[in-house]
Amino acid sequence: MKNIYKYTLAVLALSFISCDPEFDSPVTEDEFYSSGSADFSKYVAVGNSLTAGYADGALYITGQKNSYPNIMAQQFAFAGGGEFNQPLMNDNLGGLLLNGNQIAENRFILAVDANGNPGPVRLEGNPTTDITNHLPSTYNNMGVPGAKSFHLLAPGYGNLAGVPIGAANPYFARFASSESATVIGDAVAQNPTFFSLWIGNNDILGYATSGGSGIDQTGNFDPSTYGSNDITDPNVFAMVYSQQVDALTQNGAKGVLINIPEVTSIPYFTTVPTNAIPLDAATAAQLNAQFAAYNTQILPGLAGMGVISPEEAALRMINFSAGQNFPIMTDDDLTDITAILQGPPFSLPAPLAALLGQLRQVKSDDLIVLTASSELGTTPDPSNPQGIIGVTIPLRDDLVLATTEQARVSAASTAYNATIQALASAKGLAFVDAKTILARLSNGGIPYDGGLLTSQFVTGGAFSLDGVHPTPRGYAYMANMMIYAINDTYDATIPTVHIGNYPTVTISNN
Amino acid sequence: MKKLFLLAVFALASAVTYAGGYRVSLQGNKSLAMGHTGVAVINSSELVFFNPAGLVYLDEKFNGTLGAFGVFSNIAYQDSQTGANARTDSPVGTPFYAYASYKATDWLAFGLGVYTPYGSSVEYEDDWAGSHLVNNIDLQAIYVQSTVSFKINDKLSFGGGPIYVTGSVNFNRNLNRTLTDLEGNRANVTIDATGVSSWGWVASTMFNPTDKLHIGATYRSQIILDADDGDATFENIPNSPLTPFQNTGISASLPLPAEMTVGMSYDFCENWTFAFDYNRTYWDVYESLDINFVNEDIPDSKNARNYKNSSIYRFGMQYDATKMFTLRAGYYFDESPVQAGYFAPETPRNDSNNFTAGLTVNIGEHLQIDASFLYSHFKEVDASYNYYFENGVAVPFSGTYKTNAFVPGLGLTYKL
Repeated sequence: MKNIYKYTLAVLALSFISCDPEFDSPVTEDEFYSSGSADFSKYVAVGNSLTAGYADGALYITGQKNSYPNIMAQQFAFAGGGEFNQPLMNDNLGGLLLNGNQIAENRFILAVDANGNPGPVRLEGNPTTDITNHLPSTYNNMGVPGAKSFHLLAPGYGNLAGVPIGAANPYFARFASSESATVIGDAVAQNPTFFSLWIGNNDILGYATSGGSGIDQTGNFDPSTYGSNDITDPNVFAMVYSQQVDALTQNGAKGVLINIPEVTSIPYFTTVPTNAIPLDAATAAQLNAQFAAYNTQILPGLAGMGVISPEEAALRMINFSAGQNFPIMTDDDLTDITAILQGPPFSLPAPLAALLGQLRQVKSDDLIVLTASSELGTTPDPSNPQGIIGVTIPLRDDLVLATTEQARVSAASTAYNATIQALASAKGLAFVDAKTILARLSNGGIPYDGGLLTSQFVTGGAFSLDGVHPTPRGYAYMANMMIYAINDTYDATIPTVHIGNYPTVTISNN
Repeated sequence: MKKLFLLAVFALASAVTYAGGYRVSLQGNKSLAMGHTGVAVINSSELVFFNPAGLVYLDEKFNGTLGAFGVFSNIAYQDSQTGANARTDSPVGTPFYAYASYKATDWLAFGLGVYTPYGSSVEYEDDWAGSHLVNNIDLQAIYVQSTVSFKINDKLSFGGGPIYVTGSVNFNRNLNRTLTDLEGNRANVTIDATGVSSWGWVASTMFNPTDKLHIGATYRSQIILDADDGDATFENIPNSPLTPFQNTGISASLPLPAEMTVGMSYDFCENWTFAFDYNRTYWDVYESLDINFVNEDIPDSKNARNYKNSSIYRFGMQYDATKMFTLRAGYYFDESPVQAGYFAPETPRNDSNNFTAGLTVNIGEHLQIDASFLYSHFKEVDASYNYYFENGVAVPFSGTYKTNAFVPGLGLTYKL
């Protein structure tokens, strides 16, 4: 009897124990994944907007949560990685305020217009992130949107007082440790055991997105004299970059360096076709007649006078035909002939001379920027239906990255990349060839478990609605590439992510 | 005897299977304690479920029994490629039963039963790695059955009757792997249908070649629950004509498959009974879980299941220890109806080994307390569901699953 009570009790006791099923080797166990010779306990990410998780033309919370450093940190957590704090924005609108005045626009969303066509528009709403609300903590994600290589070493780059006059960065002002702090200084002060450094993109990107309207500063070693759209001198880049790597590795930290992709990999430069102007035969003939004098008299005449070279004369010829045509544009790399044309023997009226001053047609290997799509083919003066941009009004120079300008960008980025790769191998750091990786996106695409990731604007999945910054899926792909490089270099086994689990562009109407 | 019993259990253990799908074999505490055998065991009105034909062989004029179980089931998931991992936090399932039998004459008996042979309650953490397949599901079906049994002679009887089923289902999953609203909240849909009813039937026979040997067979028909006026509720849908997900009605069909059972029981050494049941569940009727949205703008949801018919092998022992106590133990091997590539996380069932035990305490002449316990053991399994599609591209969801279940049960039997 006694025994039976005992057994009954035992059975009843068992019934209230809920035993969790245990795997033979759980992924949550410490030993499952290895950090190899790296130590992920304190990971600090340094860089620009790409590191911050900027997307859709703004920095906003869900974008930050899908930043490649945050994705990597979550995977590092399987192999001893620690907490990863980010200076999160206050909302998902993304705009910035300075004392209540908006100084940065809200994010883009993919909205459907009245005709049923989807396109990027700015999300409406009043942003709530005021940069005067200083964040007190330190942050593992030291990505500062807009930062160029030399900015990371610039004291006062996070000084709030410098923001209105363009001397400081509004994003860094939110969390810089002091008015005189540097980005690198604040990163190093956290004693990282592991770091990532992806910087230098903005050293060419401002020049490229502005259609080459800045100056190629190669040869000028004083970055304090640079404008925001200028190309950074490669020696300046090499100097500041190696200082940054030295600072980040001074305590023996391991890390990963990422190089600079080609601008031709991003939809901002590849979406608008160069021959975007459709014309019928009659219109083309009429336009050709208008430019006949320019082609047959002015250009040969100027070449004969030695004002322009025969090559430039050939480059400047305007010719339309039935079908798709290249728009006319102003190219500030051409000889400005406005003044000459107003004098004899041409004696053209000033407006016409100005029109022809630096005129040519876009060539197939020029790049028209994404923002030109809202201008090309429009009539800015409603009272003049003949004044069509690209046909009778030249496309502004800052909307076209000409081949000469592309060559400057390419030369600079090639030089930066040589520095980055050399430092990675000299220091034994992991290296990610983002240039080659992103080129794959525009060259056939990258297959994943839900299809093909490409650089096609809106539909390709890799790039957000600003045409420059990746989507969360694009960032997840970069995170995987970095994890591969880290595993390879440090003999680690960090797990990757399924990029199909990360979203692309945000669909919503205002 | 003990040795023989152990031998029977462990011989089976090497021949592994696991009973699966959303069938919940918990239709009586006495039977469950014996590995849920019972098609040829004559000991209570649990026969209303297991074999109505046997009711005419009960000694008592009236036998009523009722009880319930607490189902503590757990699922763990992990994907070693990404490190993704999840554990269910499912509510405790409470299947129940109530049976009554009345012997009108020596050759005629009536039975009435209410029981819950199908159901499922699985709750993952919202937005887990497989949330595009399921966040949570709660499926319930209540069977109400009346039967009549005829004794042809002491060796042979027949029984059967109609079954009325009422069921409900509540199911939530994310719309896909990535869609969110502007704040990053995942878009999801809840399907809800209640009061769905249908009819089926049961027929059975019992054959007693000797006093000690009983052989039984029971067939329970398939019942299709057609939910025609369910609701679909969408949450966190972006405001866009590109995502036209507005709350709407749904229709869907859920089959409760037919089940055939044959088995025997043998009394030996005065106080001992051995029982064996073989179940065949006709799961092949469950080809696809299709949800049709009333709103034509919303594409219908097709979810291939492609279950196969499956078998369960059950073994039980009963020992009348004393006047007061009857002890029971059992084992069954439950074969999964899920085929390779169709392993969906809402019913992640591989083959299982199941161990049962229990006892009856006689309190006076009329009243019995029945207790039982079941432990279901599933082997760790690497599996995938390969029929989820994104823009026409199949996106397999794979990983390692480990499942178990603990089921204590308690019941009362009253006989007159």
